Amino acid sequence: MSEGTLYDKVWEEHTVSELPTGQTQLFVGLHLIHEVTSPQAFGMLQERDLEVAYPELTHATVDHIVPTADQSRPYRDDAAEEMMSELEQNVRDAGIQFSDPTTGEQGIVHVIGPEQGLTQPGKTIVCGDSHTSTHGAFGALAFGIGTSQIRDVLATQTIAMEKKKVRKIEVTGELGPGVEAKDVILEVIRRLGTEGGVGYVYEYAGEAIESLDMEGRMSICNMSIEGGARAGYVNPDETTYEWMKDTDYFRENPEKFDELKPYWESIRSDDDAEYDDVVTIDGSELEPVVTWGTTPGQGIGISEPIPEPESLAADKQDTARRAQEHMRVTPGDTMEGYEIDVAFLGSCTNARLPDLRRAAEVVEGREVHEDVRAMVVPGSQRVKAAAEAEGLDEIFEEAGFEWRNAGCSMCLGMNEDQLEGDEACASSSNRNFIGRQGSKDGRTVLMNPRMVAAAAIEGKVTDVRELKEVTAV
Amino acid sequence: MTDEIPEIDSVTGTGVPVRGNDIDTDQIIPARFMKVVTFDGLGEFAFFDLRFDDDDDQKDHPFNEPQFQDASVLAVNANFGCGSSREHAPQALMRWGIDAIVGESFAEIFAGNCLALGIPTVTADHETIVDLQEWIDEHPDGEIHVDVEEETVTYGDTTVEATVDDAQRRALTEGVWDTTALMKSNADAVAEKAAELPYVDV
Repeated sequence: MSEGTLYDKVWEEHTVSELPTGQTQLFVGLHLIHEVTSPQAFGMLQERDLEVAYPELTHATVDHIVPTADQSRPYRDDAAEEMMSELEQNVRDAGIQFSDPTTGEQGIVHVIGPEQGLTQPGKTIVCGDSHTSTHGAFGALAFGIGTSQIRDVLATQTIAMEKKKVRKIEVTGELGPGVEAKDVILEVIRRLGTEGGVGYVYEYAGEAIESLDMEGRMSICNMSIEGGARAGYVNPDETTYEWMKDTDYFRENPEKFDELKPYWESIRSDDDAEYDDVVTIDGSELEPVVTWGTTPGQGIGISEPIPEPESLAADKQDTARRAQEHMRVTPGDTMEGYEIDVAFLGSCTNARLPDLRRAAEVVEGREVHEDVRAMVVPGSQRVKAAAEAEGLDEIFEEAGFEWRNAGCSMCLGMNEDQLEGDEACASSSNRNFIGRQGSKDGRTVLMNPRMVAAAAIEGKVTDVRELKEVTAV
Repeated sequence: MTDEIPEIDSVTGTGVPVRGNDIDTDQIIPARFMKVVTFDGLGEFAFFDLRFDDDDDQKDHPFNEPQFQDASVLAVNANFGCGSSREHAPQALMRWGIDAIVGESFAEIFAGNCLALGIPTVTADHETIVDLQEWIDEHPDGEIHVDVEEETVTYGDTTVEATVDDAQRRALTEGVWDTTALMKSNADAVAEKAAELPYVDV
């Protein structure tokens, strides 16, 4: 068993009791809720005549169903309106703070928590959303839960959990030009598999991780769940503390920063911490990674051939065959040149300001391919405002991208933003599951934001590093 | 405050095999069916896009086949339930009629959600599962006995070893799989913990 890791320490700090099942009752420092997975939990509380125990440690937003074009109320989609109204009612009754669209603070739950300083090192954070692992970027222990567990947390501010093993994933060296955090995590999942992380928490370390900004660390921790690990984290450091200083909470309570910093330092993994497993990846060898299949583990470097199913492990062959049939790709080809119909820049993985900045650099002075519909969906209202202050919206719109309002959007197709028929989508999101983007025949190719920008311009999957210079006209 | 939580030592019923690795929760219940504020009625949408084409005509899928309509033991392969944390997935399966799932492996959040509903997620190796799935195809009316306490699965004349996670086994067999009341009873210790943590202002 691991010892002296951040996971061990945060677990210990938050242990309330040992339950008769052998599980630990863990205190939850921050409970984030949204409109899709919480209404049934509030219903269960009501049935049992229970109240929200710690509303002040709970924070709500709306992201999955919120329209990204016309947001006037009532929403055009009755079901979306009902879910929004239900959430409004629930948070009002319980006295829970709600970053609704009128506040200017609404956005994807995993974007707004860090923005507002709700997400902090050494906190336990849960949300009825599997991408809650995102918050681990700050050295928090953060994981997704189901609705019955949301009921537990609302009623008790605790959760019943079993302790997991810890795998350290050390990414050494420096990432090459055009290679991003997204490529690192796609590579991790490709190597360790979509279920390689089951039973583990991932600690990301090494030079390539430490030199990332917080947004990059969030992209990596975000997709831990795609590798089967319910939680992933990066030890907090100066980059983390600089971010914290600049959030609402610490701007309003500057004394808290000095008060909490010793705690943050104390929960870092010890230099001689023991891990259950260690994996090393040479970051300098990576190239942009794209997926060829229908699980996030089916990825390849942009210059690599799509594998023959027979060359894969026996238990992966069947899935690979079906995936290749669905995607209509041929083993031996590269993904370069794969024609796309839609380009989606968004999601809790890659819709923060630096993601949009990097994509805008690629887009500037170019035009979206005539056969492609392209959209940018900023991760939050704040990201949107900050991007507009820099003129990124104009760059995208001039090139032919739609510039939308914040939400989950086409990552999972719960609002109007969906693939149609067998459209292929270059997507900065996190899941290429069949049907994920709203059409069961739709085809999703996951990639980093600059690669999405390049694909939008060229109308096909393109190595952004080889995009021709924009020539003045 | 709450009704007695049933002890679940075993589940007995006929089976239904759903084959394939990495069957994610978007496939178990597509996102468009989650635009609801209760879990009622989700059963009919289980595996919807795998069961119906664009014209809502039935496709080949075990959940469509008449001989499996009364099944309560689902036999699956590896990494079942990966992806989204949506409890709508096990809720849909449960409301369709599933009381226990036997598979090669399960995604963690999915297994946790099943436990919270009192649905055992029992694991066995690849060959064992393939044999079980074949047996179910040949014996759609044959009873399967999933013994959570003994960690075995019995079908026909065959009994095979299976694995039930320790905490899951205890939670199910001792009737403590619904943890709300249990954890609520520690409210004082929770308040102490809140007071002790440096970052909590309550």
